[in-house]
Amino acid sequence: MKLLIMCLEFFKTGLLSVGGGLATLPFLFQMADKYPWFSRAELSDMIAVSESTPGPMGVNMATYAGYAAAGVPGAVLATFSLVLPSILVILLVSRFLRRFQDSNLVQRVLQGLRPASVGLIAAAGWGILKLALRWDGGAAPGMWISWKALGTGAMLAILYYFCGKKLHPICFVALGAAAGLVMGL
Amino acid sequence: MLDCLTLIWTFFKVGILTFGGGYAMLPMLQREIVEKKGWATEEELLSYYAIGQCTPGVIAVNTATFIGAKQKGALGGFLATFGIVLPSLMIITVIAALLRSFAEYAAVQHALAGIRVAVVVLVAFSVWKLMRAGVKDGFGWCVFLLAFLVSAFLGLSPVVVVVVSALLGLLAGTLRERRAKP
Repeated sequence: MKLLIMCLEFFKTGLLSVGGGLATLPFLFQMADKYPWFSRAELSDMIAVSESTPGPMGVNMATYAGYAAAGVPGAVLATFSLVLPSILVILLVSRFLRRFQDSNLVQRVLQGLRPASVGLIAAAGWGILKLALRWDGGAAPGMWISWKALGTGAMLAILYYFCGKKLHPICFVALGAAAGLVMGL
Repeated sequence: MLDCLTLIWTFFKVGILTFGGGYAMLPMLQREIVEKKGWATEEELLSYYAIGQCTPGVIAVNTATFIGAKQKGALGGFLATFGIVLPSLMIITVIAALLRSFAEYAAVQHALAGIRVAVVVLVAFSVWKLMRAGVKDGFGWCVFLLAFLVSAFLGLSPVVVVVVSALLGLLAGTLRERRAKP
């Protein structure tokens, strides 16, 4: 019974959270208040873990919350209930797009969507940039910006400029992690 | 059968290589899906991201479903999503069971700070590449700048940005047609 309620709750979260991983958080906090499965404090720890492990953050959160509520079956069920609404909606949209891809209407809409999409991705990049360089508080006292982080970023950017085509993106992630460890970013 | 396994494996790789949200997945998708497999073009990727931001659910999953469905229909959509959530399922379950204080280790936090810097660099170059596919004329530049500014500095919801830009696209297309016809 508990598993069934869980499925429904995570399905609802997947259906109602629009706009990416962070949008699932309010629903998870609601769940923490409503059920004895996990607490608000635990959720905060889960956010930290979800951000520092591979995988999309929203999925990581659901897996973790599901595990906290009901062990491995909970983790599996929560994850699949969360993604089910996405799959169904996207399958419908993609069928629609394919059928009408040559229509003027769809072409015009896409012509507006594409540049906006680049803009939104750039804005997300801007958000991580502030976080990565510690503009909002994390930098050493009296410093506006973390010079170590800026230096690391500059080195990685130069490397990407010259070898970006040959090296897989994960190499840069690994180098970043190594630099963070060595310099104590 | 082999196609199905390739689909799962490819998205498994994308999932395990992505740290953070859907935007961090973009460089991996460009490499694995656009450049290596040729399953989608950069233009298509942009449309998927835009639609994925205003439909329910996690953007990474929405994008994976789109690409999977394009390859192998509904089954493909399910398999791609399965592939992309599999690493989360395995890694998070282990951490939740054994390493609850994982995120508190100083080493993890330092590594994460470094990863963030790398993700910024990767996303910056991704945006650079996407500009060619997505921002092609004056109208495109206006929409791009507008979307960036209202999202980065006013914190406007991506849903609003996507809906408004879709309407702008319709409007611009109609005006252009009017002007073409004397």
